[in-house]
Amino acid sequence: MKRTWRRFKASYLLFSFKQDKTAIFSLAVLLVLLVTGLLAPVFSPYDPYDPANIDIMNSELPPSWTENGEAAFLLGTDIQGRDLLSTMIYGLRLSILIGCGAVILQGCLGVVVGLLAGYLGGKIDAVLMRIADIQLSFPYLMVAIFISAIFQLAFGIGRYEDLAVPLLIVIIGLAEWPVYARTVRAAVMGEKNKEYVEAARVIGLNRWRIMFRHVLPNTMTSVLVISTIQVANAVMSEAALSFLGLGMPVTKPSLGSLIRSGFEYIFSGSWWITLFPGIFLVLLVLVINLLGDWLRDVLNPKLYKG
Amino acid sequence: MSHLLEVNDLEVKFGLRQGDLTAINGISFNLDKGERMGLVGESGAGKSVTGFAIINLISKPGFISGGRVIFNGQDLAALSEEAMREIRGNHISMIFQDPMMTLNPVLTIGTQMVETLQAHRRITRPEAEAIALEKLKKVQIPSPEKRLAQYPHEFSGGMRQRIVIAIALITDPEIIIADEPTTALDVTIQAEIMDLLQQLCESEDTGLILITHDLGVVSQVTEKIAVMYAGKIVESGLTDRVVNNPKHPYTQGLIKALPGSLQPGARLNQIPGMMPTLTDIPPGCAFNPRCPLCETICRNQEPPFIPVDHLTRMVACHMVKPDPSMGTR
Amino acid sequence: MFAFVVRRITQALFVMLIISLVGFSIKNKIGDPIRDLVGERVTPAERELLRDKLGLNDPFVTQYLRFAKNAVQGDLGVSFFHKKPALAVIAAKAPATLELVFGAALIIIFISLPIGVFSAIYPRSAFSRFTMAFSTLGVSVPVFLTAIVLIYIFSVELNWLPSYGRGETVSLGGWDSGLFTVDGIMHLILPCFSLASIMLPLFIRLIRSEMMEVLETEYIKFAWAKGLHRKRIWFIHAFKNTLLPVITVFGVQIGIMFAFTILTETVFQWQGMGFMFLEAVERSDISLLVAYLMVVGAVFVVVNTVVDIIYGLVNPTIRIAGRK
Repeated sequence: MKRTWRRFKASYLLFSFKQDKTAIFSLAVLLVLLVTGLLAPVFSPYDPYDPANIDIMNSELPPSWTENGEAAFLLGTDIQGRDLLSTMIYGLRLSILIGCGAVILQGCLGVVVGLLAGYLGGKIDAVLMRIADIQLSFPYLMVAIFISAIFQLAFGIGRYEDLAVPLLIVIIGLAEWPVYARTVRAAVMGEKNKEYVEAARVIGLNRWRIMFRHVLPNTMTSVLVISTIQVANAVMSEAALSFLGLGMPVTKPSLGSLIRSGFEYIFSGSWWITLFPGIFLVLLVLVINLLGDWLRDVLNPKLYKG
Repeated sequence: MSHLLEVNDLEVKFGLRQGDLTAINGISFNLDKGERMGLVGESGAGKSVTGFAIINLISKPGFISGGRVIFNGQDLAALSEEAMREIRGNHISMIFQDPMMTLNPVLTIGTQMVETLQAHRRITRPEAEAIALEKLKKVQIPSPEKRLAQYPHEFSGGMRQRIVIAIALITDPEIIIADEPTTALDVTIQAEIMDLLQQLCESEDTGLILITHDLGVVSQVTEKIAVMYAGKIVESGLTDRVVNNPKHPYTQGLIKALPGSLQPGARLNQIPGMMPTLTDIPPGCAFNPRCPLCETICRNQEPPFIPVDHLTRMVACHMVKPDPSMGTR
Repeated sequence: MFAFVVRRITQALFVMLIISLVGFSIKNKIGDPIRDLVGERVTPAERELLRDKLGLNDPFVTQYLRFAKNAVQGDLGVSFFHKKPALAVIAAKAPATLELVFGAALIIIFISLPIGVFSAIYPRSAFSRFTMAFSTLGVSVPVFLTAIVLIYIFSVELNWLPSYGRGETVSLGGWDSGLFTVDGIMHLILPCFSLASIMLPLFIRLIRSEMMEVLETEYIKFAWAKGLHRKRIWFIHAFKNTLLPVITVFGVQIGIMFAFTILTETVFQWQGMGFMFLEAVERSDISLLVAYLMVVGAVFVVVNTVVDIIYGLVNPTIRIAGRK
């Protein structure tokens, strides 16, 4: 562990990170958002899921610094009278949870498929990649919308809303796995004819061991790079689905569903219900994208073309 | 006597984040009307940069940091962008190394020829096309009338280089700078293109600066020669003199390395080592680590570029003594 | 070449087969055709009778073949809510969506081309740096948020532009168009800009990087050495070479834009296919939902196939690559 840390400290990755102000800033903001989101109960002034804290008389209060604002609600309240800041922090937690969950799912799925297809080749490769290609010929957002629409009809709206978090992870994971499969496959194709794989084969290691212990670690650079971008995409997809009413319900709102519920009241001038969750969402996605760009630039020489 | 082109103490640097890097370190030479000169050296010596510096077209982050390029009495390095444009392609043309990359793939040959004329003269398209046709005939393109409407990919490499030469000649320039014009071509075509270029320069009385690493070609085509090493000219003079009696150890090494000077079956004589990169040019004479004659002074002091005989020969080497008859000035 | 076209079309048919299987499974497992036909006030016995009569108790394969046969003939079932053939419902909504995409495409072309070209020519200028920073931000803003902000500024605060619906349309042989009335155009502006906003950053970046690459080539250097005017070098020599790769990407991205029409149409209550789809989901109108899936699937398959074939015709190396 100590050695790994020392190696990390001497690495090019850390060196170029320290050179790049945007990357440092992005990581700092991302860490703040992650900590705030994951420790939501600690940081938020109220528990928005607790009906005791909700008073309909407090609904649509503007931010505290404006004329009609109340000091108790820093960013104002939403239409049900919940403290907007608290609801946003809980929403942030859901967005992060679903985003990361979906990426872990699609990552596992895509890595296994890509590894099998790339290393074994032949019929398996042809079949798996054909499936990936077919799905990739449709925009992933479209696929996600379709799957969630079907799920909602199949489960019924009530049950769908109860199971929304795991279902959204599955939906977004299913919609985006081909990206991983493609990338990993391309990386495996580049690695599998190198000497070290040849050597492992000559010593007589079995193919599963070679695949997972020797080839897989060498594809991790590409996986890491697309993972950051994919987290941003997954967060965006979740927000889009929730905005369409196919995601998190208003009772347990994510940032997307908050924006949806606020949108209806924007015409009456309640801009804050939409704007603040919007800024949160954009900030989260922006810093992940910036980090992804930086990571891609730094690690680019090792990326394979898909 | 004033020359057609006079390069005085030219210096080119590349502005990098770590600081400026000197690519051309104070070189001087001149060229008269109709004169043909060779600029020789290994890759990285600064030959091509010199060629581009003359027409003030060094790609970023390079820039001319000192010296003058006097053409017809005006300093090109100090001209405005528009005035310089009037010189490029009009008075001084350039031929590039790889004809496969030099022509724009989406424009016809005719367009690419005509536009050059139209950039410099008030001329209608039919008039320009007539001149283009005439030049295509000069570079021996068969049935040129048909060729004008064709795209570059419809031509072979040798044909394309002929077209590039025709474009370079289309404005009847005073000087052509040819940057390794045959390196990218088949060996059989190389000689043809070189002969054509020489013959055209002779018949039109055009000056030629031939940038190449091929001493054989230089000795056939040019009248005088300048040998470059690590951004400097180390030896210059009349071509046959320099080739037959090289003074600088680097030139000697280059001549010895030519396969033609050997018995069949003998090993090639390579100069040991590699040319230094711009970032680590050794102190003193840049050639000293590879030089068979190297002494202490070579490691400490830069040799001056001085005349060594009465026939315009100049050498930059501590070990080469001027002709005794020159006296000590 | 012929073999390539045949193989590509076979692939397309295979994909359509899969889509139709998915569509039919949804209909078969989730849908309730009896309700679609007669509503909910029917006794269980009558239901069973109807099921038999409609062949709903036949084996899966028989039912699928019937579904596929009808689909090929253009019969995608009847919409439960609209009481009309699903295909007719979709066809009536299609012009709205197409005009939205068309308008957004125009905006993308007219904004991204000049900005992309400018920032390639002057990469160090303040404007270029600003655009690059702005486009990174732009990628991170979801389309519905852009739309809401636009509505808030231009409809709610300034009251310049309408915020929902298509406005006044003109019927041109069954095509309801908003392109020919001032009101229609006014209604198009905000939705089109919102939809364009997702692709703009991408295209500005693409055009910039392609153009910068072209500006580094030997033939551009040669053009400078020929003493051409810089406008000619930029706008004839470099621009023409930049355009080719950009056009191909543009074709692909238009398809992706269709997915985002669902979001845009929701915000603007735009009566297009995407809005209709979401309504169908809310109303559990399975036939219409499946019909939408089939139509959109078919459009994508056809467009992808045609693009691939044209590519293969233009560029022989693709054909070889596709074979391996």
